[in-house]
Amino acid sequence: MGIAEFSHGDSLIHKLDPRAKISVALIFSVVVAVGRSIPASAAALLFPVILTMLARMSMRSVLSRLAVVNGFVLFVWMFLPFTFKGEALGSLGPLTVYREGVLHCVLITLKSNAIVLCAIALLGTSSVFDLVHALGHMGVPDKLVHLFFFCFRYLQVIHEQYVRLLRAMKIRGFKPRTDMHTYRSYAYLVGMLLVRSFHRSERILTAMKCRGFKGKLYILHHYNMKKSDYVLAASGTLYSAMLLVMV
Amino acid sequence: MIRLRNIRFSYGSRSVLNGVDFSLDRRERVGLVGPNGAGKTTLCQIIMGLQMPDSGEVEIFGKIRRQEKDFEDVRSRIGFLFQDADDQLFCPTVLEDVAFGPLNLGKSPQEAKAIVSETLASLNLQGYEERITYQLSGGEKRLVSLATVLAMEPDILILDEPTTGLDEETTCRLLEILTSSDLTYLIISHDLEFVRQSTNSIVTLRNGVLENAGCREMGEGVTGRAMIAQR
Ligand SMILES: Nc1ncnc2c1ncn2[C@@H]1O[C@H](COP(=O)(O)OP(=O)(O)OP(=O)(O)O)[C@@H](O)[C@H]1O
Ligand SMILES: [Mg+2]
Repeated sequence: MGIAEFSHGDSLIHKLDPRAKISVALIFSVVVAVGRSIPASAAALLFPVILTMLARMSMRSVLSRLAVVNGFVLFVWMFLPFTFKGEALGSLGPLTVYREGVLHCVLITLKSNAIVLCAIALLGTSSVFDLVHALGHMGVPDKLVHLFFFCFRYLQVIHEQYVRLLRAMKIRGFKPRTDMHTYRSYAYLVGMLLVRSFHRSERILTAMKCRGFKGKLYILHHYNMKKSDYVLAASGTLYSAMLLVMV
Repeated sequence: MIRLRNIRFSYGSRSVLNGVDFSLDRRERVGLVGPNGAGKTTLCQIIMGLQMPDSGEVEIFGKIRRQEKDFEDVRSRIGFLFQDADDQLFCPTVLEDVAFGPLNLGKSPQEAKAIVSETLASLNLQGYEERITYQLSGGEKRLVSLATVLAMEPDILILDEPTTGLDEETTCRLLEILTSSDLTYLIISHDLEFVRQSTNSIVTLRNGVLENAGCREMGEGVTGRAMIAQR
């Protein structure tokens, strides 16, 4: 599972102007995040679902991404229904389940899925280079843009190193058990991961310098706002406005 | 074009270079050999300004280079192929990676794209533009790294083991590209046959100093000694 696994493709969504995508994702996320109504949040899910289908992403990998988010949401479900006091719905053993708590959980689940799915569909389908470029064009300071780029780049490096080290362990017959050997091996893995990623990221920077990098990232594909970009921007904004007025 | 005088360098307490003198003039083609861990890669990193020597003088393109800033224009005029291709490729696609250098040099996207397809074609890599860099095979990575270096149209090439992982045909192709150009270059390699054919002099780095640095003849003695160095 690569971090940039969705960024290559030639669907309608992939070809959209990253500026339009970032704007829509931002507006949509803010509107969804501040919304307090369950029907509106449920309706919000529809938009990213349509985008995901238009982007022709593999259902399985999208779901596996969402599973991560819902892992966190699960924690919310474990606590909130019992602690958020309000009208009692019933009891689960010694614990009382409150109506407000459950409603809040539903709301959080809908919202977080809608926002993450929207980010996957819109931002995940552009290469980081394009996103970085778009952010620059939208007036985000260079420093922040670089921070974003290198964060991404080094996350990928760490992930690559992890896969490699794990492979090196596996081909020599490593099987995780609950003993000292396993713990020590994992400790080495994490230690090596940090040290090696650090050194490798330094070498990547030197490689970039050797090719004339002086603190500015240039971009190959220049985007022009096309009709489809305006359609996305308009429909995204309209949709978000509609969610806002929905009660 | 490159002149090193009495370079000393150590990693912490492990001294690697003990007074290296080296020079490379226009149109010269030099092979650098020596046992593993002799400090060949380190020497090249010093030329590129990626490591600063403890003492000694680095003169490149007629100017003494001391600090990071002095090396900025050195780096855009000397193409350095890293020993490990994984360190060199960092963009998602081959196109973006090869275009990175030309764009940094101020080329327009159109020009950069033209340079990319030209360079890729010269290495028999037509149609690789949209390939994902980290999914390439070892040899392909090597070739693409070479393309990223060549695309900058450098005055001098420094190739750190360019032939590892290349098949015979590709090695020949590389030899052809190198010898048919009028490039100045320094090649580090353990592939003695390749060094002999691609360069007109060989120097050996051993025990922290360059041996037969003055020898510009391809005498058997030189290669013989280099051969021993390789064992
Ligand atoms: N970053 C580093 N920190 C500490 N020691 C290093 C570092 N890089 C290299 N060395 C040591 O310096 C010595 C010279 O390394 P260098 O990579 O220059 O050798 P080399 O001649 O290129 O060898 P090879 O033929 O194996 O590529 C080696 O003994 C190596 O262990
Ligand atoms: Mg080396």
